[in-house]
Amino acid sequence: MKVDLRINGINRSAEVEPRKTLLDVLRENFLLNGTHAGCEHGVCGACTVLVDGEPVRSCLMFAVQADGYEITTIEGLAPAPGELSVIQDAFCETHGLQCGYCTPGMILAAHALLQNTLTPTREDIAEAISGNICRCTGYGQIIEAVQFAADRLRVANTPRPAALAEKPIVEAK
Amino acid sequence: MKPAPFDYVRPETLAEACALLAGDEDARVIAGGQTLVPMLAMRLARPAKLIDILRLPELAGIREEDGAVIVGATTRQAIAERDPVIRASVPMLARVLPWVGHPPTRNRGTVGGSIANADPSAEIPLVAVTLGAEILLATPDGPASMSSDDFFIGPMLTTIGQGECVRAIRFPVWPHKRIGTGFFEISARKSDFAFVAAAAQVALDDDGHCLEVALGVGGVGDRPLRLDVSQLNGTRLDAASISGAINAASGDIDAMSDLHASAAYRRRVAVTLGIRALEAARDNAAATQRKGAR
Repeated sequence: MKVDLRINGINRSAEVEPRKTLLDVLRENFLLNGTHAGCEHGVCGACTVLVDGEPVRSCLMFAVQADGYEITTIEGLAPAPGELSVIQDAFCETHGLQCGYCTPGMILAAHALLQNTLTPTREDIAEAISGNICRCTGYGQIIEAVQFAADRLRVANTPRPAALAEKPIVEAK
Repeated sequence: MKPAPFDYVRPETLAEACALLAGDEDARVIAGGQTLVPMLAMRLARPAKLIDILRLPELAGIREEDGAVIVGATTRQAIAERDPVIRASVPMLARVLPWVGHPPTRNRGTVGGSIANADPSAEIPLVAVTLGAEILLATPDGPASMSSDDFFIGPMLTTIGQGECVRAIRFPVWPHKRIGTGFFEISARKSDFAFVAAAAQVALDDDGHCLEVALGVGGVGDRPLRLDVSQLNGTRLDAASISGAINAASGDIDAMSDLHASAAYRRRVAVTLGIRALEAARDNAAATQRKGAR
């Protein structure tokens, strides 16, 4: 079956079997290997991508279901080749990763959260990453990374438009 | 962890979907796929054909009419969770939705999918049974409906027939001004399958007397159970009345036993969580000045 997808702002098409998950199509057809294959049955969150800006598990969606949506993978977050997004950089700064396997999913889940609010509570962050399993960090540094990224984004010159509409910007304490 | 091959069809109309389902006993409906796709990946299910109903316009949307809120089958759980109509008029559903799966699965999983899947520990079927919701079906002969009590018949089992699919769920709206809800569940980790869940909704009059009460437990039996606590009507929902009513209502619960929890444990926890849910619902209603104070 031919499928037309919009991935990281670029229209792409592929000939795929209906049983091929979005995860496998991203990795094998489009070589976007930043989306990691973990449990492949919707438990671990390593394969998280954004569909219309919302985190979803790409192993629980067939590529043939995904046409017409705006799909964002970890490759779509950095502003330019060789650079990191604010959240990616915050994960490095706070040692929010060790083996790195869960990291793309964690960062996309955090990205979706920070599009909606730049003043997340610890509970908001825990809820946002609750569907993502990390077996290295114990989560503490990941939560710290998301808080740190939120702090930076709050004082950045160009706050996210959605967050601006949601809440007034509060100065970092 | 790769599904067996299948054909994929995305019909344009509900009638077309029903005809496709009626014509092939190996065809299955897919919407959000958050339970079906893992089943396919583990090859516990091997349908020959998947009929994708997610984008059918007839199955979308949330609307309030004639004392009920009708939630389209393909309403995504994340949308329902944020919906002001559901929050105001079916507060028990709004209360449980944050407990359904995780944020990424709620972004894809649908309200109708959870109903059709009929997991005995799932929160949305629990609300449907507890509030006495009606399940609206699409059949090859046109629309039909069924009470939740008749719809759920066992673990992952419903009375839905070949060629039929869930069209919408009709949740009754209570007419009272002061309504409160309570919900508790026990699971290994938050948002894992509940060993026991209890959901309550109560309405109070201006003096704090109970006008209407609904209590249900999930994960205990082979389907969600509504407990008859109507003897609480007219009381002030004091602790003694609540525990008396629950003990009377839960005497003949047929509880399941598995690796995680014995039948005796489930029965005991159902009583405890039932009491907590009713008390929370009472306090929640007491704190509500009027239904308009949303």
